[in-house]
Amino acid sequence: MALSGVEIFKLLPKTNCKKCGHPTCLAFAMKLAQRQVSLDLCPDVSEEAKQKLGEASAPPIRPVSIGSGDRLIKMGEETVLFRHEKKFINPCAFAVEIKDTQSHEEIESITQEVIDSEIERVGQRLRIDAIFVSNASGDGAKLQEAVNIVLKKAPQVPLIIHTEDPTSAEGAAKIAKDNRPLLFGANEANAEAMAKVAKDLKIPLGVNAKGLEALSALTDKIKSLGVEDMVIDSGARTAKEILADNTCIRRAAIKKGIKALGYPIITFAQRSDAMLETMIASLGVAKYSSIVVLSSVQKWKSLVLFTLRQNIYTDPQVPMQVEQKIYKVGEPGQDAPLMITTNFSLTYFIVTGEIENSKVPARLAVMDSEGLSVLTAWAAGKFTASKIAAFIQESGIENEISNKELIIPGYVAILSGAIEDKLPGWKITVGPREANAIPTFLKTR
Amino acid sequence: MAFALPTETYAGKVYEVTIGTDKTATFGGENVLPFHNFEGTIPHKPLIAYEIQDVPPEDWPETLRKVYEGKSADPVTWAKHCQDDLKAEAIALRLIGTHPDRENRSAEEAAKTVSDVLAAINVPLIILGSNNPDKDSQVLVAASEAAKGRNCIIGKAQESNHKTIVAAAMANNHKLVAMSELDINLSKQLNILITQMGFDKERIITDPMCSALGYGIEYSYSVMERIRLAALTQNDVIMQPPMMGDIGFYVWKVKEAQASESDLPQWGNLEQRAIGWEAATAAALLLSGAELLIMRHPEAVKTINSFIEELI
Repeated sequence: MALSGVEIFKLLPKTNCKKCGHPTCLAFAMKLAQRQVSLDLCPDVSEEAKQKLGEASAPPIRPVSIGSGDRLIKMGEETVLFRHEKKFINPCAFAVEIKDTQSHEEIESITQEVIDSEIERVGQRLRIDAIFVSNASGDGAKLQEAVNIVLKKAPQVPLIIHTEDPTSAEGAAKIAKDNRPLLFGANEANAEAMAKVAKDLKIPLGVNAKGLEALSALTDKIKSLGVEDMVIDSGARTAKEILADNTCIRRAAIKKGIKALGYPIITFAQRSDAMLETMIASLGVAKYSSIVVLSSVQKWKSLVLFTLRQNIYTDPQVPMQVEQKIYKVGEPGQDAPLMITTNFSLTYFIVTGEIENSKVPARLAVMDSEGLSVLTAWAAGKFTASKIAAFIQESGIENEISNKELIIPGYVAILSGAIEDKLPGWKITVGPREANAIPTFLKTR
Repeated sequence: MAFALPTETYAGKVYEVTIGTDKTATFGGENVLPFHNFEGTIPHKPLIAYEIQDVPPEDWPETLRKVYEGKSADPVTWAKHCQDDLKAEAIALRLIGTHPDRENRSAEEAAKTVSDVLAAINVPLIILGSNNPDKDSQVLVAASEAAKGRNCIIGKAQESNHKTIVAAAMANNHKLVAMSELDINLSKQLNILITQMGFDKERIITDPMCSALGYGIEYSYSVMERIRLAALTQNDVIMQPPMMGDIGFYVWKVKEAQASESDLPQWGNLEQRAIGWEAATAAALLLSGAELLIMRHPEAVKTINSFIEELI
């Protein structure tokens, strides 16, 4: 369990030497308690204190990563059960399953779909993160062959290799080891041999046991065999089991400090019904899975899941923002209306959605207001006449349009005179207060 | 060391609400977080109501409109189709045609629609206004009277118009949707205002405002989680009404439910994307606490029913 600042203070040298950069040992202890600094900064700390603090300061859910480079998948490190308390940290990864019984062409084509899955949404690049290669054939050679096909086509995509046979595991994991794959398939029967493969190749190990009691006993055992990076599977497959087990695992790790369950969770969502699979995957996203395995890549399904993941993992304290620029809605001609709003992503989405509903092509100037909505930005002095005027002038939009008219949100009607003063030659029109009145407003102009 | 499952018990409980008179439907009543059957009791499944409206769905996107083609020209046929063919357990009639910017139908016309629909169905009816606070305070009063004795849900009462709507629901013995905008304190305040008028808190359904996937669902999700935690862990009785997610209304106007695959090939098949959008929005709100969902596409409803079956 995490120690309080005072408990940590008791373990420090209490010399107030300032070598750590803090005025007192107590100040340093407080920072340690908040996990804002590392204990390494203290040159005089005792070995005993180091060990105690090391255990206590380890995050309740162990950080584990797979893959490398810009496709590295970070998991774990979560600190809360509910997203309003604090941001969920490492967004759940989506993996698609490839079976080694599939043909060469099928494996290549799924791999290509994974490569092509990347889309951009609100400034973030989202994609299917990993490929889960399963040893459906039971033949070690077939597994290696499948891993080879994937590696050749997509050497950068992180792999999860699934087999319960230690010899096959070693063969397949060895060829992928440079990209730090996850080896999945350790259980009560093969724990020693699988742990040895993972330990020798220095890769994380996916561990499966039925139920949380057996699972925690198994992770303890594997840890004692020298493997620390694990991803866990409690055998939950139905929605009910996934919700119950994931919740209890998260609680056990965070609220009870049970280290044996403090590992990222892998969830299997594969279903023959793609719509239901999307729901099970959504459950994984909302309720604590770190990896969700899917049966196929389908663009619509990816968009649904990427969006949900982005929403759930948004920092509740920081509003989402879109880039400052002049967006085109439809295909606006020179005389199309020009509207302005702020760059809070919800504001942007709702306003563009309503302009689209109006079927009137228009330009929407989205001004950087640090992600605040119109009224809040105005109140905070981030959506003022001079800032609006400067943005419109610098955008160079006046060269692209025939009549210099700017439509401002009804909530900032008060600014219209001041903007007209600062933008000579422009007509400022006050638009509706609420976005849902935009269609009527645009259609009746 | 023996492993003890880290279960929790809760001080509070969500109110159980029954609607309808002939065929009734009941939701709420659980004493745990959503679907936490491993540590408490969940006596009822969430209820899904099919949304219909008083005017033909010309404003609905093609993908959705075509599902009801030939069955949605008038609300009575539409309601019977939902009840008899789609096996709806409840129907939500939205009186959108009363909105001043729309057909601007009168309160009397709305009341007649309500009577006609009620005469044609035996499943419970949820009667929703057009979300224009002024007009709703006339329309929902007339609709309430027209539905007297049928134990409906009337909504939505907002802070600005709650007085007349609460009085009408009370006089005609209906349940009431109390809607506030994505803020736990506003939601609590509205429930207090409503109960101060003498309306029984156990007859309220809280609508903390739905948002679609990708369009602020995280706000709805977290407000719902916070309301439910207040109800259960703090035993805050004013926060214990069941919650509603007005899913279809918010989902079917977003771009992802409308843009064609030819315009946005990277978004994939429009029909599945749109159905998936409605279903995923519903799933997220179920997981954060909604017990009553208003939905539109039969395939999305079917998916959510299967999902609920697996969760219970």
